[in-house]
Amino acid sequence: MSTHTIALTDLPTTRPLTLVLHEWVTTVDHKRLGILYILYALIFLALGGIEATIMRFQLIRPHNALVSPQVFNRMFTMHGTTMIFFVAMPMLFGFANYLVPLMIGARDMAFPRLNAFSFWMTALGGLLLYFSFFGGDGLYGAGSAPDVGWFAYAPLTAKTFSVGHSTDFWTLSLLSSGIGSIGTAINLITTILCMRCPGMTLGKMPLLVWLNFVMAGLVILAVSPLSAAQLMLIVDRYLGGHFFDTQAGGSAVIWMHFFWIFGHPEVYVLVLPAFAFASEIIPVFSRKAIFGYPVMVLATIAIGFIGMSVWAHHMFTVGMSAGANTFFVLSTMAIAVPTGIKIFNWLATMWGGKIRLATPMLFCVAFLFQFLIAGLTGVTLAVAPLDWQLSNSYYVVAHFHYVIVGGILFCIFGAFYYWFPKVSGRMYGEALGKLHFWLFVIGFHLTFDFMHVPGILGMPRRIYTYEPGRGWDIWNLIVTIGVVFQAAGILVFAANLVWSYLRGRTAGNDPWDAWTLEWSTSSPPPVYNYAKIPSVRSRRPLWDLKHPEDPDWRYE
Amino acid sequence: MYCLIAAESAIFTIFVVAYLFYVGKSLTGPQPSDVLHAPIFYTVCLLASSLTIHVALRRLSAGKMAAFGRWWLLTIVLGGVFLFGTGREWAHLIQDEGLTINTNLFGTTYYSLVGLHAFHVTMGLVALIAVAVFCFTSQLQRAHAERVEILSMYWHFVDAVWVIVFTVVYVIGK
Repeated sequence: MSTHTIALTDLPTTRPLTLVLHEWVTTVDHKRLGILYILYALIFLALGGIEATIMRFQLIRPHNALVSPQVFNRMFTMHGTTMIFFVAMPMLFGFANYLVPLMIGARDMAFPRLNAFSFWMTALGGLLLYFSFFGGDGLYGAGSAPDVGWFAYAPLTAKTFSVGHSTDFWTLSLLSSGIGSIGTAINLITTILCMRCPGMTLGKMPLLVWLNFVMAGLVILAVSPLSAAQLMLIVDRYLGGHFFDTQAGGSAVIWMHFFWIFGHPEVYVLVLPAFAFASEIIPVFSRKAIFGYPVMVLATIAIGFIGMSVWAHHMFTVGMSAGANTFFVLSTMAIAVPTGIKIFNWLATMWGGKIRLATPMLFCVAFLFQFLIAGLTGVTLAVAPLDWQLSNSYYVVAHFHYVIVGGILFCIFGAFYYWFPKVSGRMYGEALGKLHFWLFVIGFHLTFDFMHVPGILGMPRRIYTYEPGRGWDIWNLIVTIGVVFQAAGILVFAANLVWSYLRGRTAGNDPWDAWTLEWSTSSPPPVYNYAKIPSVRSRRPLWDLKHPEDPDWRYE
Repeated sequence: MYCLIAAESAIFTIFVVAYLFYVGKSLTGPQPSDVLHAPIFYTVCLLASSLTIHVALRRLSAGKMAAFGRWWLLTIVLGGVFLFGTGREWAHLIQDEGLTINTNLFGTTYYSLVGLHAFHVTMGLVALIAVAVFCFTSQLQRAHAERVEILSMYWHFVDAVWVIVFTVVYVIGK
């Protein structure tokens, strides 16, 4: 275990901008690629956020005419696609890229060049998607973005109903980013299996590494079907195939199956890294080791397996057989069990702990509370008869935003504040961080708590406007007001990042008195991470180092 | 490579499922039973190439570079013959039977599945030829055996997929 702080200072500090840019573009360093992923995701977070804001202001009152129905369709398609494929996934891949090699005491990923290739494929995907605004209609005139919804049901995507090239841009961008995701997943699995430092058995890996390992396995099994389905769609659109062409005997339902075989495991691809952040942050800020480590690992693997067999709960309203409905109801309910185990373990970790409510911990506590509610509304939707009533209403929209914003995004914010000192070498502003937290909590609950209500009252999703006097008006107004708070929170967050990066006080190697390996190297870590490859004897190597009189390995 | 194979398997699974789902659902002809003839000879060639690549690898680990080169070339030839066979079959189907990818569902699924496999064979051949070039310019050493073995895993995978594709297309699908 070394706390060497041999920073790379042999490079002169003032280099021409072109040289710096060239270094970043050609880098194969896992930390730089991680930062590139995260910055890229932040840009798309702003874009996706603007699209959401446009939708909410269109719906603020009945018969509003801020945007046309056509633009509204493009906005919800682009918002969904952007947030899933170009915000959440690259953001989590960025953290995985940055943290996994550091946490297992390695100097880089197993395949650094594949890593760079994966990032640039993902980046190409995002550019393709947004180029559709300019090139979507091809030679027909002005551009247009895809407007087929983020799951792009057939036959909306058929040439007849989607003229021009906007759907092709959507397909190609997902195919490209899919190749990037599979590359990253292969890289993560190889790194975790082959590059762990001496002494780090699978049972001594930090939970973050375990969860990202299972996540990478899910990416391989889930994103590949999506790529296959996109290839079929390309065959249909360019070569005149009939995969999803009902006129020629093809099936629109099989696209739904193929999409959701990807689509539901994707939720777990996103939520497992979020769990990973919570599993690192909660113990450190409760001053206790994680409760029930082996059970946490087993629950993660269980989620991975069950997560592959719940996809058709997105399709109860399609009209499947009673047997299929029953199977997917039960498997969906079963997945609440390992998830519940995790929530209890986090609570047990906090129980009796000496809790420090710094910003990362605040976000994680809010995550626990909100993710529980998201899970409960999820169980209600898993009941097929109730789903027939609520499917495609704003209740569903509120449910999955509760998961993705209330669960995943809150954990991501927590992770930002927790690892910001490690990545930048400087502390963030605690007051601004707390302001961000409270603004975002208030905005989140205003928006997504009250969004359940119009859903129960029958307001369908994806409508561009509605009639007054149906009891939806006041709820839509409150929901839109929440957006203002969330946007303000995001602005505070961005300001905090920039200000702290430039002016923050020096953080030191280990500002949180934490226990995993990344805190033993300098902040920011040198290119080679560790001058001497560390060796570990327990799950909390830095605890052992700081408390040689009472090390963890005696008890594990 | 195991991970890549897992990902590729998932892609092929989706195409196989689509093929099986659409068997007999074409609204117009030609139907598979009218036009498909099992390419036994070419299948034997492809499966044999799995054996020859295995023998070649044993020669490489033993350091017998010349023998490795001969077996390796034989593997490439066998893969090439298989690809030629697919090409001939397609030429026959397109010119004589009038079956193209947009004729009916059978055409769509058949050309996609077999084409996806042929694409993988082509990629494999490109990689095999690259190794052959390294071999005959004397840049390939015994120490590279492990890397060549990873490539051979890909080739075995492509052969195994053909067994499934063959079963699905020429046995179950007819």
